[in-house]
Amino acid sequence: MNKMMSTDIKHHLTDEILMGYSAGTLPEAFNLMVATHVSLCDACRTQLAACDAVGGILLDEHDIPNTQMQPGSFAATIAMIEQGVPITKAPAVKKPSVLPSPLRDYIGSDLSEIKWRPIGMGVKQAILPTSKQASARLLMIPAGAAMPDHGHHGLEMTMVLQGAFQDDDGYFVRGDVDIADSDLEHTPMADIHEDCICLAVSDAPLRFKGILPRIMQSFIRI
Amino acid sequence: MSARSHNVLSRKTSVNFQTAAARLVAVGSKRVTNENKRNLWISHIHRIRDDADKAAFADLYAHFAPRVKGFLINSGADGSMAEECAQEVMATLWHKAHLFDPSRASVATWIFTIARNRKIDILRKQRRPEPEDLTWGPEEEPDQTDVLALQQETETLSKALTTLPAAQRELIEQAYFGDLSHSEIAKKTGLPLGTIKSRIRLGLERLRQTMK
Repeated sequence: MNKMMSTDIKHHLTDEILMGYSAGTLPEAFNLMVATHVSLCDACRTQLAACDAVGGILLDEHDIPNTQMQPGSFAATIAMIEQGVPITKAPAVKKPSVLPSPLRDYIGSDLSEIKWRPIGMGVKQAILPTSKQASARLLMIPAGAAMPDHGHHGLEMTMVLQGAFQDDDGYFVRGDVDIADSDLEHTPMADIHEDCICLAVSDAPLRFKGILPRIMQSFIRI
Repeated sequence: MSARSHNVLSRKTSVNFQTAAARLVAVGSKRVTNENKRNLWISHIHRIRDDADKAAFADLYAHFAPRVKGFLINSGADGSMAEECAQEVMATLWHKAHLFDPSRASVATWIFTIARNRKIDILRKQRRPEPEDLTWGPEEEPDQTDVLALQQETETLSKALTTLPAAQRELIEQAYFGDLSHSEIAKKTGLPLGTIKSRIRLGLERLRQTMK
């Protein structure tokens, strides 16, 4: 068993999110969350396989209207095959790290190489490059510190990679995902034992309650 | 984890089983059950892998290529792009036949994931993060009991999908084959978002019950 694989995950992804990943309809940042969580969570990996199986059955048995292939299509495909093997990326090497391989791929390196930017109150972040429909970033919250008090416009998912945090929804350890929608106002507080590193994805910008954080927000793209 | 020590035996059983399934269909049995069909698809993939068998490929092509094309058109591709992508998906199937693992997915599921990935690459032009350790590379021949277990689960799931109440089934189909998020389905159907979410949740819950 991989030491970095958490067996204590209690806060999982929703069916809706897993199904969206399976169907290929999620924004890129959310796909990154799913791939990262599933890398650590066997329960959600199984659920995702079930969602893929639903997709397979629908592809196999679903009535698809009026979609014949062009004449000569089969011969064209055989010609394509004979041209050679397409370049496929090498399978990700599994090595113990705070960052599961989907995240390392996005950063292009490991944890030590991340360029953190301070966003106030000791909290640091690194924004990851994804398509614009949703954002993804890594957060570093010092042990025992709180994130600025904030609410959400859209859907935000925050997954613990190192350390732990506590908020109104419970206690979150490595692999746990905290899912917050627009109604929730919450103040995650990092556990005192270790700095907390999280992956946070959101389909809308966060809004902060105080005036100062709101001014900050326009500068730091939180 | 199932024991790997029976591999030699199970591999042999696997071959016989598949030959039998293939014969059953080849004889022209009028009622080709889904189960036989799924076994036939597996043996086709193995024939492509082992013998570069174009007849087996043609059989898979006739069934799946138009379906993949339909899936891509529903996802927003125009006709010629969908045609080209469907060809690429089928070519990928050929090239990656050695990576197919029937203890992890049915042939249809495997093709679905290839098509889904292609859709994200080409239509959505996004990078596509994948979980660790999900390469389709069996290092040894998969255990036949795992293969059979997966086939039974697929059959159960397939039956459960057909007996789902129409409202639930249709929404699940739209989620996969309309390239729509739940809120987009809400806009399109005029149903409240909560209704859509709860119908899909009920549908999945029911599927899960039948799998227990």
